[in-house]
Amino acid sequence: MIYVVVGSGPAGVVATEQLRKLDPLANITLIGAEPEPPYSRMAIPYYLTSKIDESGTYLRKQASHFENYKVDVVRQRVTSIDTELNRLITDDGQVRRYDKLLIATGASPVVPPVPGIDSPGVHNCWTLADAREIVKLAKPGASVVLMGAGFIGCIILESLALREVNLTVVEMENRMVPRMMNDVSGNMIKSWCEQKGVDVHTSTRADSIEQLSGGKLRVSLSTGQSIDADLVISATGVAPNMDFAADSGLQIDQGIVVNDYLQTSDADIYAAGDVCQGKDFNTGEYAVQAIQPTAVEHAKVAATNMVRGHRTEHVGNVNMNVLDTLGLVSASFGMWMGVPGGDSTELVNEDEHKYLSLQFQDDILVGASSLGLTQHVGVLRGLIQSKTRLGAWKEKLMKDPMRIMEAYLACSQSQVGVA
Amino acid sequence: MQKSLNIDPAKCTGCLQCEMACSLENEGIFNTSKSRIKVFTFHEEGKFVPYTCTQCDEAWCMHACPVDAIVVNAATGSKDVVADLCVGCKVCTIACPFGTVNYNADSGKVVKCDLCGGDPQCVAACPTDAITYVDANATGLDKMRQWAGKTDTTVGG
Ligand SMILES: Cc1cc2nc3c(=O)[nH]c(=O)nc-3n(C[C@H](O)[C@H](O)[C@H](O)COP(=O)(O)OP(=O)(O)OC[C@H]3O[C@@H](n4cnc5c(N)ncnc54)[C@H](O)[C@@H]3O)c2cc1C
Ligand code: SF4
Repeated sequence: MIYVVVGSGPAGVVATEQLRKLDPLANITLIGAEPEPPYSRMAIPYYLTSKIDESGTYLRKQASHFENYKVDVVRQRVTSIDTELNRLITDDGQVRRYDKLLIATGASPVVPPVPGIDSPGVHNCWTLADAREIVKLAKPGASVVLMGAGFIGCIILESLALREVNLTVVEMENRMVPRMMNDVSGNMIKSWCEQKGVDVHTSTRADSIEQLSGGKLRVSLSTGQSIDADLVISATGVAPNMDFAADSGLQIDQGIVVNDYLQTSDADIYAAGDVCQGKDFNTGEYAVQAIQPTAVEHAKVAATNMVRGHRTEHVGNVNMNVLDTLGLVSASFGMWMGVPGGDSTELVNEDEHKYLSLQFQDDILVGASSLGLTQHVGVLRGLIQSKTRLGAWKEKLMKDPMRIMEAYLACSQSQVGVA
Repeated sequence: MQKSLNIDPAKCTGCLQCEMACSLENEGIFNTSKSRIKVFTFHEEGKFVPYTCTQCDEAWCMHACPVDAIVVNAATGSKDVVADLCVGCKVCTIACPFGTVNYNADSGKVVKCDLCGGDPQCVAACPTDAITYVDANATGLDKMRQWAGKTDTTVGG
């Protein structure tokens, strides 16, 4: 068997390991477009703060890892797939045959339609190459404008603040992390950041970026204000890397379309990770989640099905995020925004920046979001994914959501004997 | 035969010796808030429930880690956090459906039970045998693991 995996992020790497585990004799190739050893984008924020060096971002720490797994690592960009002949072509003109192919090419930042966005000094924060540029420009005291306070924007926010730059954040929506937190908690994050000296402009757009003499950039905001910056970081969203897949005739939508075995519209091609429009556990619909845990779980399921045939169904991933904004830890799970006809309960403590919201359908937890909680948060995922019936505990939680750990122990750990 | 912690809540008196021993062993101080095993109190029923990682086979924490900072201890089967590699991203804390990997803001890294390398101090400290370290097959953890199975993202396989 010849397996080819395109994309050497977490999805691609985990897939090669699973393929090897299940098919010890197969021929496995991992093709990635970036020059570094396979690394994790998620670790970039910690590279920016010098908590780790570049090698700390590597997905596998042993230099011989891929050799040990007999995985051939190729550093090229795949430009097209010939689905008739099961071949793919890379940048250098090489043609490779595959029996089964996995596309795990991830996503790339979108370029917002802002005049001047292509000026020198404007960077994404997506690759190690981007990170190196940011390190050069984000010196202590430098003026930095961060466009976008979504999940990725907020993660970078912390790293930049720790680099002691003068930071201004511009977000189009009315709050921070709008796809992870509601009005109340999103604005609690904002007030927390402001208390820490970060200038946050919500409901604000960057209208243009103008190059000034001396290398500075003038960012004009929709509020009429303007800020002169040494560095502008664009974190306004990402889109799947699927052009070559679409050109090759694969069905695409938000991402590459897959069935419940993570197989694409071509029987020999599978998809995983940020590029893949896989099933959402809660809604049953297919959506791009673009998070690390989903990428890894996709990879395992896809690789298993590639080797063993369709015996492993993908039941969907719970969308979940955890974020640390300058010491305030937030997390969100599943239907954190609630469901029609469902119940919800909320604990708000603005002074201590603590927040917990639970969303129920019947007596089953279907979503949650939290601020300021770091202990045992994983049980929120556990309760959602196991669809555990909470019975009488639901009413107790409606009165006091902070009793979630007791409810969890009582309802899911039968040996506990307090149900 | 690998061993695991067996917890019998019915025997627990809530004395918190396990939390103290865990904190001393792992953090060098007596501070129950630093313990990796937690005793939960059910006031209405007057019950105490010690709770920590089951070292489950699925090891969601380990697979979710973006930098390979959680590894299997070959001797005990425990899933250990390699502090030098952990960047503190907390993804493992939301991936673990048992909520047994927790973030420690002081160190900027996560902590979880590592069975003290094969000599669990909570077991040594427990005066009532509510926590014992026994052959894996014999433990009530099976039930907990069954529940873990329900948390899998696949069916069949
Ligand atoms: C700064 C930052 C912080 C983040 N923090 C978090 C977090 O806290 N939690 C979380 O869950 N997620 C986080 N993410 C998102 C997470 O990193 C992604 O969900 C994850 O990397 C997806 O993995 P993947 O393997 O699908 O794609 P990627 O990691 O993007 O890997 C795809 C690989 O494919 C390669 N590639 C693309 N096109 C081609 C081609 N044509 N030919 C060959 N190779 C190609 C790319 O170069 C890349 O190496 C963060 C991302 C960033 C940038
Ligand atoms: S917090 Fe540490 S151990 Fe947990 S996933 Fe992140 S890097 Fe890995």
